[in-house]
Amino acid sequence: MSATSATLEVPARAAVTRGRVTQARVFRSEWTKLWSLRSTRWTLLVAILGMAGLGPLIATIQMNRWNHLGPGDRLHFNPINTGLGGYHFAQLAIGVLGVLVLTGEYSTGQIRSSFMAVPKRLPVLWAKAGTFAAVTFVLMLISGVVAFLAAQGILTQHHVQTSLGNGTALRAWVGAALYLAVLSVFALSLGAIVRNTAGGIALFAGLLFVVPGLAAILPTSTQNAINPYLPSVAGTTILSGTHEAYTFSPWGGFALFCGYTLLALGIAAFLIRRRDA
Amino acid sequence: MITVENVTKRYGDKLAVDDLSFNVKPGVVTGFLGPNGAGKSTTMRLILGLDAPTSGSATIDGRSYSDLEAPLHEVGAMLEARAIHTGRSAYNHLLALAQTHGIGRARVDEVIDMVGIQAVAKKRVGGFSLGMGQRLGVAAALIGDPKILILDEPANGLDPEGILWIRTLLKRLAKEGRTVFLSSHLMAEMAQTAEHLVVIGRGRLIADTSVDEFVQRASTGAAVRVVSPHATALRDALAGKHARVDSVERDVLEVHGLTGQEIGEVALAEKVVLAELTPMQVSLEQAFMALTGETVEYHAVSDAGSDDNTDMKAAA
Repeated sequence: MSATSATLEVPARAAVTRGRVTQARVFRSEWTKLWSLRSTRWTLLVAILGMAGLGPLIATIQMNRWNHLGPGDRLHFNPINTGLGGYHFAQLAIGVLGVLVLTGEYSTGQIRSSFMAVPKRLPVLWAKAGTFAAVTFVLMLISGVVAFLAAQGILTQHHVQTSLGNGTALRAWVGAALYLAVLSVFALSLGAIVRNTAGGIALFAGLLFVVPGLAAILPTSTQNAINPYLPSVAGTTILSGTHEAYTFSPWGGFALFCGYTLLALGIAAFLIRRRDA
Repeated sequence: MITVENVTKRYGDKLAVDDLSFNVKPGVVTGFLGPNGAGKSTTMRLILGLDAPTSGSATIDGRSYSDLEAPLHEVGAMLEARAIHTGRSAYNHLLALAQTHGIGRARVDEVIDMVGIQAVAKKRVGGFSLGMGQRLGVAAALIGDPKILILDEPANGLDPEGILWIRTLLKRLAKEGRTVFLSSHLMAEMAQTAEHLVVIGRGRLIADTSVDEFVQRASTGAAVRVVSPHATALRDALAGKHARVDSVERDVLEVHGLTGQEIGEVALAEKVVLAELTPMQVSLEQAFMALTGETVEYHAVSDAGSDDNTDMKAAA
């Protein structure tokens, strides 16, 4: 590699526009950072395929087996939950990527470059959370409606479909995108707190997937007392077409999940300000 | 101007920086010298607001780094440990940095040309050689056209052509009136690049002086090599002059505690023929080793105390 010819060119100072750091500029920077990593594009693609594809797939299986289903299965069948079932998968992809948004910077040392450019630090956290949540919301809103409409088309075989004109369906569709967007901030905050990819993903998966499993082993009365407060249970009330007696109302549960997320984000902000980078 | 005032940094039980004070003035290349683990990188991180000092303060033109509204225009820095996401291309790394300050793409292209990484700019940083990584680090430091440059071991991993390049670039940047502060554990490199030196060992200041003075001062206690066919006679004569004389070979003496002139005068008085009389100049490297070696107790030697060189004698 030859650099001799270009080496001594030191440009005049005037050539550079000299601006201050603003929150809007940090947003632009984080937007560039998010899309310039291959892992982001792949993981988001996986989330889209999961969200858009699994609902119709489940609908197809249900329709093929419909004549063999018992009365219990038919009673529990819900066209909204069928169409939006892909969120189960999408939340794993979104959560892992959310953790990586911060731990990827810590593991590579990039965080030092980020904080040297933005020494107040918190604008970086807000911009990361904001861009990632917005991207998640838009992508999941689109893949959610694709999944929902495709699934309802398939469910017409046995006339068990519903439509977005149904208030519950509309709330569940938008709610799924909202849940995943808030979940992305929740995961990102855990990544910021733990600063280590393996630890962050373990913490995320533990809270979202392991704790509910443990709760399920408890006696039913204890279970019903604890369950509504679990992040995954509270958060998903907003995207469910059905309502269990022991859970919070759709918006109440979602508000609690937002509260957990704000708490995690607050701890992340506190630690980012305090800790050496 | 970078001002470090009574900075102490403690990581748990380990004292990384111990009551360190110095200034880095504009318009000269100031070298930051010390053996590995002396606290150079830590001090730089403290200046850049990445780590918080346990006590004391580090400021840039009187303000702490975290109070700067446009830090990349004030200070450009490259840290020894790579601070770049390996999955991103060099271009996108620089673009993301530029965007935080509203700096345009034209400047990104400009710094890429400046450091000569056009051919690999769109490739992922993870595949870069050490030398290319260093060049990208320099590009990132220059992106905001800063008044102050802080570079941790910039010559690390560069080939001879690259070392010549960075040396020329740094001198040029200093000549433009910028403050250039660079660390190294390689003395020879520092002798070529820096004019002023801040030397630390075990987190404490050892010297804050010009390169010339640093070498000269360290040489004060050094020996004078004398070659004479009458070495034995000269040796006896010098013995009465509070000098320490070692016989190296049959005709060769090493004299400590006297200058060349004083030895010459003794030789004249004794009518001894001298074949050779050589003050043994120590290299920057030797001076540094003498000052930071394990055997030396650390004493700060600043410009103010330049007539006090007893420590140097002890070391030499």
